[in-house]
Amino acid sequence: MTSAVAETPAAPQGDAAPGLSGVSPGAMLWRRLRRKRLALVSMVVIAIVYGAGILAPVLAPYSYAEQNLERTLEGPSSDYWLGTDRLGRDMLSRTLYSARTTLILTVAVVLSGSVVLGVGLGLLSGYRGGWVDGAIMRVGDIFGSVPGLPMLILINATTRPRVDELARWVEEHTILSNELTTTGGASYFTVAVALSLFAWVGMARVIRAQVLQLRERDFVLAAQATGATGARVIGRHLLPNIAFLIILSVSAGLGAIAGSEIVLTWFGVGVQPPAASFGQMIFAGSGARTFQAHPHLLLVPAVVVTALMFAFNLLGDALNDAMRGQ
Amino acid sequence: MAVYIVRRLIWLPFILLVVSFATFSIARFGPGDPLAVAAGQFRDPEILAQVRAERGLDGSVLEQYGRWLSAALRGDFGESFLQQGFSVSELIFPKMWISAQLGLIALVIVFALGIPLGLLASRLSGTWIDPFIISTLLFLRAIPVIVLIPPLLWLFALQLNLLPVGGWGGLFDIWWLGGVVAIPIPDPHLYLPLMAMSIGGFGGVARLVRITALEVQGEDYIRTARAKGLPESVISGRHVLPNSLLPVVTVIGFALTSIIEGAFFVEVLLGIPGIGRFTFEAVVSRDYDVILAMTVITSAVFVLMNLLVEISYTFIDPRIRLGASAAT
Repeated sequence: MTSAVAETPAAPQGDAAPGLSGVSPGAMLWRRLRRKRLALVSMVVIAIVYGAGILAPVLAPYSYAEQNLERTLEGPSSDYWLGTDRLGRDMLSRTLYSARTTLILTVAVVLSGSVVLGVGLGLLSGYRGGWVDGAIMRVGDIFGSVPGLPMLILINATTRPRVDELARWVEEHTILSNELTTTGGASYFTVAVALSLFAWVGMARVIRAQVLQLRERDFVLAAQATGATGARVIGRHLLPNIAFLIILSVSAGLGAIAGSEIVLTWFGVGVQPPAASFGQMIFAGSGARTFQAHPHLLLVPAVVVTALMFAFNLLGDALNDAMRGQ
Repeated sequence: MAVYIVRRLIWLPFILLVVSFATFSIARFGPGDPLAVAAGQFRDPEILAQVRAERGLDGSVLEQYGRWLSAALRGDFGESFLQQGFSVSELIFPKMWISAQLGLIALVIVFALGIPLGLLASRLSGTWIDPFIISTLLFLRAIPVIVLIPPLLWLFALQLNLLPVGGWGGLFDIWWLGGVVAIPIPDPHLYLPLMAMSIGGFGGVARLVRITALEVQGEDYIRTARAKGLPESVISGRHVLPNSLLPVVTVIGFALTSIIEGAFFVEVLLGIPGIGRFTFEAVVSRDYDVILAMTVITSAVFVLMNLLVEISYTFIDPRIRLGASAAT
């Protein structure tokens, strides 16, 4: 992620932006951000959790689904560093794989929802204007005015069986044997699609507002006057100038996406077992009596999730400050 | 501005139409037949068909939606499958009232504590206390409600035995002083949900108040006030305070949204018979008409709330003119 901040703005602005020569907004942002200690700490925390997610298959001492029914609900020991859960599964391995779930879903939703849908529709809306703009923004208004959480629960609860059917069909007709249904893989797809449906609105509005301003700038008008196609104007002149906005919106939305997955899974309509998720771990550990008898069930996922959310919040704030030139 | 408000209000029914149709189709798309449950153990296909027709569940989705819409326009949201014999409106409004009471009190608490904390932080800026207050509040905001409640319950209900583990007992209990004088005290069931619902809200409010208070302190009119020799108490009470409070109104909408989302989990975990818990049960048991009524009503509330917040901006800051910059 850090490299993305540094690299994207380095894209050549070409001959079209003489007034903006020198430092691109993204590079300026990154320079300011680097001076903030809290922002760097947050990035380290996020990197640790995401790194744990990437390396989960290497790092995890046990399989996330492996049960040892003779050693259930144990506290931390040398065999099980973070203890075991109700089914005798290793909490450390489950935590690592939950981080992997968070990683997969946040990346999938950011890419499909925020970047493809959000940036795409925002650019289209701002650049084309007219009825296209009106239609996209009105659809956005509708998504923005629906209470998100009950809708997400409803969508996930009702469409999951259909997606499972689809997954079974795919398994029968391809070389996949039963990878999709037995690992809970199909539920990742449902959650990602549902979250993407709500993730694009904020991004599209921000991008559109920026494009509306850029559209009137001299370098864009000059490019259009020299006969550049719409695709070229968007790709060469608009995109480099909104790259920093994309980074900003994505990092502001990451925490919300990660949190939504956890909450949906907690309700039982998100990622399905045996796949590991912080939502399941928190659910298994909630209940006052459970917490009294086996605090590690809740504390392990709680500490990781809270640290991650805190890091996302701080990073978002720091980016916001850096944007406003502080 | 009147034109702008009217335009937004005309837009409202259209949003509700789309939202209700989307919800309707999604709900029908799901598996399971609610009538299978409603019909009970002994199913006579003939009676089943009759009940299906009575509930408006026969025909295509469009036909069903049309029937639902025409009834809903007359204020009839159908009958709950889960609690038979009760109309959806009968069930929803009392529960909504409970949730509204809790949410409004939590909102008041968030601002009543968040504003002084933010002012305190701005007053002590430059010392270690300022970042300490703000980062503590931001940390509290990062704890998800579902993580927060079990330890709170364990501490206050099991260890200290101070508060009940859950449920609802109204807002006030009467405490008889000497058997004669009635003193209303808050019901003990209130403390845990209010704690859980408001703890995440302080951070946002306090930080905003701190930033604006710091900005206001650097303004020219504050320097003028100081230059003409006004005592520090008058400066902060007369000039700094009112001017730093204005922007706070703008976050009421955000605060309320986060409280409503939080209330969902608080009600489920603490057994409060409010609208969040009811929606949860309705989704789990596919109580279609309840789900529909809920999404439509909450969408309407959301849209109206956003409009109110926008209108309130113009009263706070006359420089903002609605409609003129609708692009942003």
